[in-house]
Amino acid sequence: MAAIPETTIAEPSGQEQLKSFQRDSFIELNGRERAFALIDGGTGREILGPFDRLESPWLVQQNITPQFDDGCIIVRGKIGGADAVVIAMEPAFQGGSLGEVSGAKICAALELACRDSKNGKPTSAVFLLETGGVRLPEANLGLAAVAEICSAVLELRHHAPIVCISAGSVGSFGGMSLIAGLASYVIMTPEGRLGLNGPEVIEQEHGIEEFDSRDRALIWAIDGGEQRFATGLADVLVRDDISQLCNAVRAVLKSGLPTIHRSQQIQLFKERVAKLNTEKQIEPCELRNAWKREEGK
Amino acid sequence: MSPNNLSIRGRHWFELLTAQKDQPSSDSPKSVLKADAKLGDQLARFLCIVPDPEARFPMVREGEVGLEEAYALATYVKEVSDSHTSGPRRPIIAVVDVKSQAYGRREETAAIYHAAATAADAYATARKLGHPVITLVVGQALSGGFLTHGYQANRILAFDDPGVVIHAMHKEAAARVTRRTVAELDSLAKTVIPLSYDIKDFAKLGILHELLSVKNVENPAAEDVNHVKERLIAAIDDARNKPTDLSIRWESPAAATSRKATLETRKAMFAQWDNN
Repeated sequence: MAAIPETTIAEPSGQEQLKSFQRDSFIELNGRERAFALIDGGTGREILGPFDRLESPWLVQQNITPQFDDGCIIVRGKIGGADAVVIAMEPAFQGGSLGEVSGAKICAALELACRDSKNGKPTSAVFLLETGGVRLPEANLGLAAVAEICSAVLELRHHAPIVCISAGSVGSFGGMSLIAGLASYVIMTPEGRLGLNGPEVIEQEHGIEEFDSRDRALIWAIDGGEQRFATGLADVLVRDDISQLCNAVRAVLKSGLPTIHRSQQIQLFKERVAKLNTEKQIEPCELRNAWKREEGK
Repeated sequence: MSPNNLSIRGRHWFELLTAQKDQPSSDSPKSVLKADAKLGDQLARFLCIVPDPEARFPMVREGEVGLEEAYALATYVKEVSDSHTSGPRRPIIAVVDVKSQAYGRREETAAIYHAAATAADAYATARKLGHPVITLVVGQALSGGFLTHGYQANRILAFDDPGVVIHAMHKEAAARVTRRTVAELDSLAKTVIPLSYDIKDFAKLGILHELLSVKNVENPAAEDVNHVKERLIAAIDDARNKPTDLSIRWESPAAATSRKATLETRKAMFAQWDNN
């Protein structure tokens, strides 16, 4: 075996290079680990955890195994020294879907964060959206919960920022994505996705010509973190790395409430939509030019 | 249904309740009807989404709620809350017959989730400011379409009629996604109330304020229209005197039995939040 010439691989720089590739993946964590990863060390406390055994009353009736936390993890604690509640959807349970119990957990947590905020203890909310939306076996109670959560988010938003993260694996789809629309800040990774109708559903409704759900490049070009960031719909784009996500959350929370929320910019989006050429499909790259994010934002 | 199979219920009831045709404005889609009309002695803003077979976006032509519809609704709702100066706040009436949100690639690309959120924001904000927001479901109220148009109301009224459906997803798609046949889904829905497509079952969830009996929804007599107006006025009065949040939905008598898990979860959350 020929010796490797010393000049081609300089050992220290090689190590540095390797180090730059090493990351602690956030996506590989489960919902509970993700929630605790964002909280300042030692300050996190889960509320209505699995030992409280609040589970869906509807799934058993349909021969579906429920889960003691109903796939939703609520952790109170500090982030960057300030009070916060993290709300994580567990992607591995029923596709991160929202049922009656998880919906009520989220809604009540937001109300309490709002109450505390009004009482001089501003408590922000951070959502980890890995969700397919409404849990269909609980259909109408899931949809009702989305409406109730939207209302509670808007209420809290007067007092403390709401942050939505779509880090990746399941992505954020269905009604729960409205929360991202209402959020003060949206943080994504390139692996994250944010949309309303999942590709399979569009294909089912209008055929493969409308949306080829097997075309992963197309899906990410439309719903992916890089696209949502480039078009100003997400505020921060970070790599799938625990410390980068933690820093991003701390940075946006530190900047406080935005002067105007994205979902209040009706005229801006109305004008943008009016200018779209709807004769053909909208090319994601063209949208990046039309909806270019403002410098420094 | 009209000959081309598009629902005409929304437009029909919008015109009956407002005694007006839509006054189209140049910068908004023809699928969004808006009128200010008297309900009793107060002026109310009526809003409705209707099919426009010539709509610019192909996936909204059957009455789905798309990007333009959502931003137009947000604009019209905000107009009302912004223009308030003094006295009682003006009611907003959402006449609802929406088969769904728009399922399209154009809509996903241009972030329909955000458009839906914008409309929900406008409705909820108006409600919190004290505008009675009353939803009247005259036909379908499905999924993201309903989240965008109607589900943020203080009070939801619906016709007790087989053509009225409030649901998370239309039946065929829900059966497909949950890997059941439509017959299996129907049979399960008899015991699992939130699955049911029957408006009488939906009423058992406690989310509806009132189920309205109308003799003929498609072709109502004057007395039916007057009855609906009376109930809308009663709902407005009720909303004016109660909290502006959505708590009435889980604190209703029907919710005490059908949403036990909601109530238990809320109670437990309130108990644990402060305790270590």
